[in-house]
Amino acid sequence: MQAFTKLDGLVAPLDRNNVDTDAIIPKQFLKSIKRSGFGPNAFDEWRYMDHGEPGMDNSKRPLNPNFVLNQQRYQGASVLLTRSNFGCGSSREHAPWALLDYGFRVVIAESFADIFFNNCFKNGILPIVLPKAEIDALFGLTEYTPGFKLVVDLEQQKVVRPDGHAIPFEVDAFRRECLLNGWDDIGLTLRHADKIKAFEERRRAEQPWLFS
Amino acid sequence: MPQTLYDKLWQNHVVHEEADGTALIYIDRHLVHEVTSPQAFEGLKLAGRKPWRVSSIVATADHNTPTDHWEEGIKDPISRQQVETLDANIREVGALAYWPFKDMRQGIVHVVGPENGATLPGMTVVCGDSHTSTHGAFACMAHGIGTSEVEHVMATQCLIQKKSKSMLIRVEGKLGKGVTGKDVALAIIGKIGTAGGTGYAIEFGGSAIRGLSMEGRMTLCNMAIEAGARMGFVAVDDTTINYLKDRPFSPKGETWDKAVAYWRTLKSDEGACFDCTVDLKAEEIQPQVTWGTSPEMVVPIGATVPDPAKEADPVKREGMERALQYMGLTPNLEIKKIAIDKVFIGSCTNSRIEDLREAAAVVRGRQKAANVKLALVVPGSGLVKRQAEAEGLDKIFVAAGFEWREPGCSMCLAMNADRLEPGERCASTSNRNFEGRQGPGGRTHLVSPAMAAAAGIAGHFADVRDIL
Repeated sequence: MQAFTKLDGLVAPLDRNNVDTDAIIPKQFLKSIKRSGFGPNAFDEWRYMDHGEPGMDNSKRPLNPNFVLNQQRYQGASVLLTRSNFGCGSSREHAPWALLDYGFRVVIAESFADIFFNNCFKNGILPIVLPKAEIDALFGLTEYTPGFKLVVDLEQQKVVRPDGHAIPFEVDAFRRECLLNGWDDIGLTLRHADKIKAFEERRRAEQPWLFS
Repeated sequence: MPQTLYDKLWQNHVVHEEADGTALIYIDRHLVHEVTSPQAFEGLKLAGRKPWRVSSIVATADHNTPTDHWEEGIKDPISRQQVETLDANIREVGALAYWPFKDMRQGIVHVVGPENGATLPGMTVVCGDSHTSTHGAFACMAHGIGTSEVEHVMATQCLIQKKSKSMLIRVEGKLGKGVTGKDVALAIIGKIGTAGGTGYAIEFGGSAIRGLSMEGRMTLCNMAIEAGARMGFVAVDDTTINYLKDRPFSPKGETWDKAVAYWRTLKSDEGACFDCTVDLKAEEIQPQVTWGTSPEMVVPIGATVPDPAKEADPVKREGMERALQYMGLTPNLEIKKIAIDKVFIGSCTNSRIEDLREAAAVVRGRQKAANVKLALVVPGSGLVKRQAEAEGLDKIFVAAGFEWREPGCSMCLAMNADRLEPGERCASTSNRNFEGRQGPGGRTHLVSPAMAAAAGIAGHFADVRDIL
């Protein structure tokens, strides 16, 4: 996994509650057996005027001028600013894969759905929960400040606005370590292989029906 | 100290715990389907890792499989490749059970696990699918995971987790005629919202829940994720144990007795503390219909479409306006006046035998309304299909002008050919009414099987209690 330490990135706003994973990456693109290449189809149904299917040349498709991420000023954004319950719905990891492939490394929201939140950390994306008042202010600043950027510092656990206002955020200590170092979870877990084996043997003796 | 069911399930699976509460949780059952597993199998292979315990894996193909003309195979080449990739991966790696496309026991992963006794009380059950919460009906710690975690479970038989907060949702009383587990689920989501359960593990309790069949409990736990909770569960009782007796993978003989004795401990102790408790009265729950693009946008059948002008929060108001525009609805319209184009009876929420019986009871001796272009009945598995046919339910549906299909996820998420066309309106027994969920531009209203059947007969939403 790609490590995440600090980022100075352009912010793109998506001013909606309950953005679901079907919206982030529609189901027809889930037929891929690869992990990459989902970026051009992120938010497909909102982003394009036509209906998208796998295998299309997305560069030739008509863009929806009313979709905020299509505005010229937000091209190259790496921080997505949104509202509450972002990533609700399906557990598809294709959603964070699509966001990452699109170029987002940070999602700032009032709240996240659990499974999506967890999936982000597995892919080097930092999901940050901030209070509603801070989010409201960030939406205002993003709209009225062309090229509005934020510094996101995972080490220091703060988001810093261009005016110097620093907003602290919480992050689980273990997840923070993994993200800072780009660690592979499986490798970490396998350090406990003996414990897993012992646990499994005890379980097999006590509840044999689980192992038939 | 008295423990909650969740405390017991958690404690029973901790392999290792760090000082900050980060724990390694042992996984008993790993359900696998074709959409979220190929990258995990590939990752395992690339890292040169072997699966930890193949006998924990139960696999089936469900999301991409067609529901008609099975003799023609899977026509969409990308869907076919995904299903064939699962075939190849299981052939190489192995599994406790694999029910491939066209197998008699094939079906939706959350239907085939329980009906074969592969889901047993006290298990941890995971799957790369958010509706894994379904298995909580058996007092399992069951939840959806992403593909990275699918790979993690394959490689280590564990997940890295932190304990969630606990919520008790109590439904006391007796559900009225025509009111089902689906209506209870939707009423709960209407009350606490789609993020109401975020960060919680929900236990469903109270006399109305104990009165539900296993099918009804599975429907309820299935929708826990729609309330934001990764998992929801129900304590073990006689209903649970009677359901499991003599299933193919249920324990037998002495082991059965030993298992039952343990399973009976899987309930919250008297006086156990929950972080949060929500109470509903069963008598107040009416058949529910969603009107918007989130499961929390739901009202009872006798109500009208809400008016965004009455919503004070601007972000919520805008969300309601956007939903109404997408759904092609106007505020204050009576729900019963909304005409539909299609009916979908199926999905991991509502495709079990009891669901089909409830729908058939409404349809029996009646005819699909002329304005309804298609009414699709998709059983959850080959076994459900066979059982329904043995009871003659298929004939009831077909006589009424409904289509009787082969099992699979079908139009719940429309990854196969079953889908809504832009602008089409559907009375659906599935779990998500998100924009485009059942096909781009499609408009989904979530209802119970009986209510979907009633809408198919009337041509618009109708109160099933007036028909029964």
